[in-house]
Amino acid sequence: MKAFQTFEGLVCPLDRTNVDTDQIIPKQFLKRVERKGFGACLFYNWRFDEKGNKKTDFILNQPDYAGASILVARDNFGCGSSREHAPWALQDYGFRVIIAPSFADIFFNNCQKNGVLAIRLDERKVETLIGCASQGAFHLTVNLAEQTLTGNEFKEKFDIDPYQKELLIKGLDEIAITLNYDNDITAYEQRHAM
Amino acid sequence: MKPRTIIEKIWDQHLIHRENGKPDLLYIDLHLVHEVTSPQAFEGLRMNHRSVRRPERTFATVDHNVPTAQNRETKDSISKIQIETLQKNCKDFGIELADIYSPHQGIVHVIGPELGLTQPGKTIVCGDSHTSTHGAFGAIAFGIGTSEVEHVLATQTLWQKRPKTMQIKVNGQLGIGVGAKDLILAIIAKYGISIGTGHIVEYTGEAIRRLSMEERMTVCNMSIEAGARAGLISPDQTTVDYIKGRRFAPKGAVFEETTRKWLELASDEGASYDRTIEIDASEIEPQVTWGTNPSMGASINDTVPDPESFESEEKRQAARKAITYMDLKPGTPIHDIPIDVVFIGSCTNSRISDLRQAAQIANGKHVHEGVRALIVPGSYTIKKQAEAEGLDKVFKEAGFEWREAGCSMCLAMNDDIVPSGKRCASTSNRNFEGRQGTGSRTHLVSPAMAAAAAIHGHFADIREFATTR
Repeated sequence: MKAFQTFEGLVCPLDRTNVDTDQIIPKQFLKRVERKGFGACLFYNWRFDEKGNKKTDFILNQPDYAGASILVARDNFGCGSSREHAPWALQDYGFRVIIAPSFADIFFNNCQKNGVLAIRLDERKVETLIGCASQGAFHLTVNLAEQTLTGNEFKEKFDIDPYQKELLIKGLDEIAITLNYDNDITAYEQRHAM
Repeated sequence: MKPRTIIEKIWDQHLIHRENGKPDLLYIDLHLVHEVTSPQAFEGLRMNHRSVRRPERTFATVDHNVPTAQNRETKDSISKIQIETLQKNCKDFGIELADIYSPHQGIVHVIGPELGLTQPGKTIVCGDSHTSTHGAFGAIAFGIGTSEVEHVLATQTLWQKRPKTMQIKVNGQLGIGVGAKDLILAIIAKYGISIGTGHIVEYTGEAIRRLSMEERMTVCNMSIEAGARAGLISPDQTTVDYIKGRRFAPKGAVFEETTRKWLELASDEGASYDRTIEIDASEIEPQVTWGTNPSMGASINDTVPDPESFESEEKRQAARKAITYMDLKPGTPIHDIPIDVVFIGSCTNSRISDLRQAAQIANGKHVHEGVRALIVPGSYTIKKQAEAEGLDKVFKEAGFEWREAGCSMCLAMNDDIVPSGKRCASTSNRNFEGRQGTGSRTHLVSPAMAAAAAIHGHFADIREFATTR
């Protein structure tokens, strides 16, 4: 996993609640057996019409948000299917940070495993952030060690589980960590006579 | 000893390592695998020279993108690679695969219980959010992403933060013609799609106790649609009776001993939950969703709501977007919504009792002109059972397509697609934009309601036909 320390990027507001993983990456793109290359399919049905032309009214297609790497959305982002293709697509497109008041559980875990920082921020602060980002050209600096978000007048702290924070900052391979517990796992299996 | 919920009992039994400030390391008893969310996980194992720790605790099938046409020939070359990749991975790592022509093939959440792999007290995971289905047996079962699939393959464990617990108590009895699907849709319509976030839900109460195992699976299946990490039901005699004699079920004296342990798992009298919700089953009517998430639902005798009637701007905005996408008008009676396609299938509603209910409605009638109606059994076993009962004949004579097992039109990864702009009455679990095909419009309903919609060409109140539940 790619380590995450500090990150600075252009913020794109996605003013929607309940963005489900079917929207983040529609199912026709789940047939590939690789982890890479899903960025082109991100929000496909919102970005492109049936002929494959860009829909100019969708925010990611607006010139002001070209190169955006921090996404801000409303409640319950990433609900629905467990497809890890959703964070793969966001990451492959260039997003490294997703900020929302709340996330669906599986999506949140999937982000973590890929070094995509999903930040839960209270609704009022997200409102402010969406306001700032809606003006365009709004950049935010995310400092994971300090747990701060900074951009122009915007300065906020965010909460994160300390263990998750450590894994992200160090970019650790979770399987390698777990394999250190091999004796405990074996002992468990023996206790349960398997 | 302090009374405990079944959730706490199973969790504590599976604990391998606990440490302050870290998630718990849990043992995983059963790992179900399918073609779509596993290839990158196996690739990860190979890259790191790792093996599958417990292949015998892993079981695979192909369901998401397999064709449901009779010859089962995969024309899509990319799908074909995905299926072949799973075949190779199972062979290389020694995992049993219910392959496309296997008599055990079917939707992963249908065949787990069918084979007796799903048992009370187990921790069960799969790279699919509807893994919550297996909770019907009193198991902690939840969906995971592909990185976690790789983690379970390599270690047979997962790091999990202990979730909060929620009780959804369903009092009273469901009315005639009202089923498990209506119950879960009504719960989600009332409480929303994120009520369960961070929680494992236990369904309790008289109405739940009265449900068959297949109905319980329908309820638990859609726990994820309420945002829950998992949903389960404490085991009872209904659970035990269902499991007995199945391929992977304990046999003989061991079965009796295991049964005793299973029944002890049920939540203790007086156990407490972080949150409890109570609803009255007798108030629930047949449900139809009108919007683009599962909480946007109504009773059959309601009308399409006016977005302006919602209490917050956020909800008004979401409802406006939804009814525009669905091409509906506020005030239209749900009855009057015309239907182009009917899909009876999916891990929510493709089991034998679902097909029997649909067949009861379809018997002697004919699918309405211009409607395409598909029946996709959840597994090969169910298909054969239905054929033995003559249900296939009922459906075919009524003008339904009788197809092979798979996820099919629930997510339209194969050729079973709802065309853009068309409207589908579907027994599946998600009505998201484009879920059943780009531009498709989905209304979630029970199997009986779907069959009635197929016959009438629009929604109809099933209670006008039903005499028994």
